[in-house]
Amino acid sequence: MSEPRKIRAPFPLQETQAYWDGADEGKLMLRKCNSCGRAHHYPRQICPHCQSDDTHWFEASGNATIYTFSQMLVGPQPYVIAFVELEEGPKMMTNIVDCDASKLEIGQKLSVTFVKSDNGPNVPMFKPLT
Amino acid sequence: MSIKGKAYIVGAYEHPTRKADDLSVARIHADVAKGAILDAGLTHDDIDGYFCAGDAPGFGPASIAEYIGLKKLRHIDQTETGGSAPIVHVAHAAEAIAAGHCNIALITLGGRPRAAGGVLALKPPDIDAPDLQFDIPYGPATQNLYAMVAKRHMYEFGTTSEQLAWIKVAASHHAQHNEHAMLRKVVTVEDVVNSPLVSDPLHRLDCCVMSDGGGAIIVARPEIAAKLNRPKIKVIGVGEAPKFSYGGDIDFTYSAAAYAGPKAFAEAGITPQDIKYASLYDSFTITVLMQLEDLGFCKKGEGGKFVQDGNLISGVGKLPFNTDGGGLCNNHPSNRGGVTKIIEAVRQLRGEAHANVQVKNCDLAIASGIGGALASRHISGVLLMERE
Repeated sequence: MSEPRKIRAPFPLQETQAYWDGADEGKLMLRKCNSCGRAHHYPRQICPHCQSDDTHWFEASGNATIYTFSQMLVGPQPYVIAFVELEEGPKMMTNIVDCDASKLEIGQKLSVTFVKSDNGPNVPMFKPLT
Repeated sequence: MSIKGKAYIVGAYEHPTRKADDLSVARIHADVAKGAILDAGLTHDDIDGYFCAGDAPGFGPASIAEYIGLKKLRHIDQTETGGSAPIVHVAHAAEAIAAGHCNIALITLGGRPRAAGGVLALKPPDIDAPDLQFDIPYGPATQNLYAMVAKRHMYEFGTTSEQLAWIKVAASHHAQHNEHAMLRKVVTVEDVVNSPLVSDPLHRLDCCVMSDGGGAIIVARPEIAAKLNRPKIKVIGVGEAPKFSYGGDIDFTYSAAAYAGPKAFAEAGITPQDIKYASLYDSFTITVLMQLEDLGFCKKGEGGKFVQDGNLISGVGKLPFNTDGGGLCNNHPSNRGGVTKIIEAVRQLRGEAHANVQVKNCDLAIASGIGGALASRHISGVLLMERE
């Protein structure tokens, strides 16, 4: 096995700090709108679906399915980048880790895991449910 | 108000360089500006509108406008939509001309990423961008942001790597006739699918080249176009639209061209079936496939079937595309292919394309661009042109 891939640190904004703080505590935090009832990702104060500013944080289940993915083969180490559909509805960009990339399939079930970024917070990633 | 018939493309110029070791970015912009101005039969002092995008260094459009030597400007626009920007700029130039804000607009694009060491993103990320912090940890790169769309297309519609490969094959058939093209060797479907995977399912030959260079376009009002001794290329329809992640409500089966295309065709009063030649943004083979479907050249999901068996090869298939070899084989200056898409369409409409790829009676053409990344956020620009 080669060296683990260096995860580039995000640059949290005041508006998103709770997301990254949650990741450091092992929680996938999502934002939900009290007005239209929908969750969204990436999290923001103003609901992207109905523009209400009446939104709140909640902890997501961490369950997701693969919407699409690609194994990136150029660069220092291969890695799997993906969009996954969260159980709560939104899709998000992520990496799929702890997996055999050749066995991944669209629709496959995943659960959240957290990987430390380089000089930054934990980052939510996903691994296959076994 | 419509821009149909309100503006003409009267000048076009493509920089011959593909590796600009001895040219600054500013010099490339100035070279292409001069080339297009001479092509139109104008002078620098005739230019009263100037358009550039994020590839122009310095303070907005000011630094490069000064370097080029534009002294009579009364309209400026630095709309940034990535690689599609010059196509959007033609639309905005036509609008400005129709509104009386300028008479003759110059659009320039130029860069030297190859001479600078082959770096895709030259600028550090904008830390105030609300969305990038949720991308950057995951290693998004242009290749994988298009590969993920290709993967989903294959899952939804049964599209194959061999079908995508036909797009590269067609581009290579055209590039063999272009003395400036970086990749002039004709390739086969097998060559493409046997080239190394870059980001699965995209192979190295599914990707465009990285090149230096640039190009420029001149757009003028009808009365001026009538006085110039050049073929008259009329702007008849334009469309532009973004597509993004919609709070996670994501659908990768279509691109922003699905919004921009119908608007342009409605304005022009024509259908995709009327088009004789298509310049389609080809950062990757999948980019072309998505535009073919979203612009209405075939039904959604049938792009793979449409491109098979040389259907995009001039003189062979029904829809000749990118007859200069496109981004896939010719060039992709400054990692932005929009201006060369317009230039080759203008060549086709003027009857000035290479004799081996010139489309007969080419009177209607499209230039379509996708700027940004298909999977995360991108902006489509569509331009329809008619030879009078």
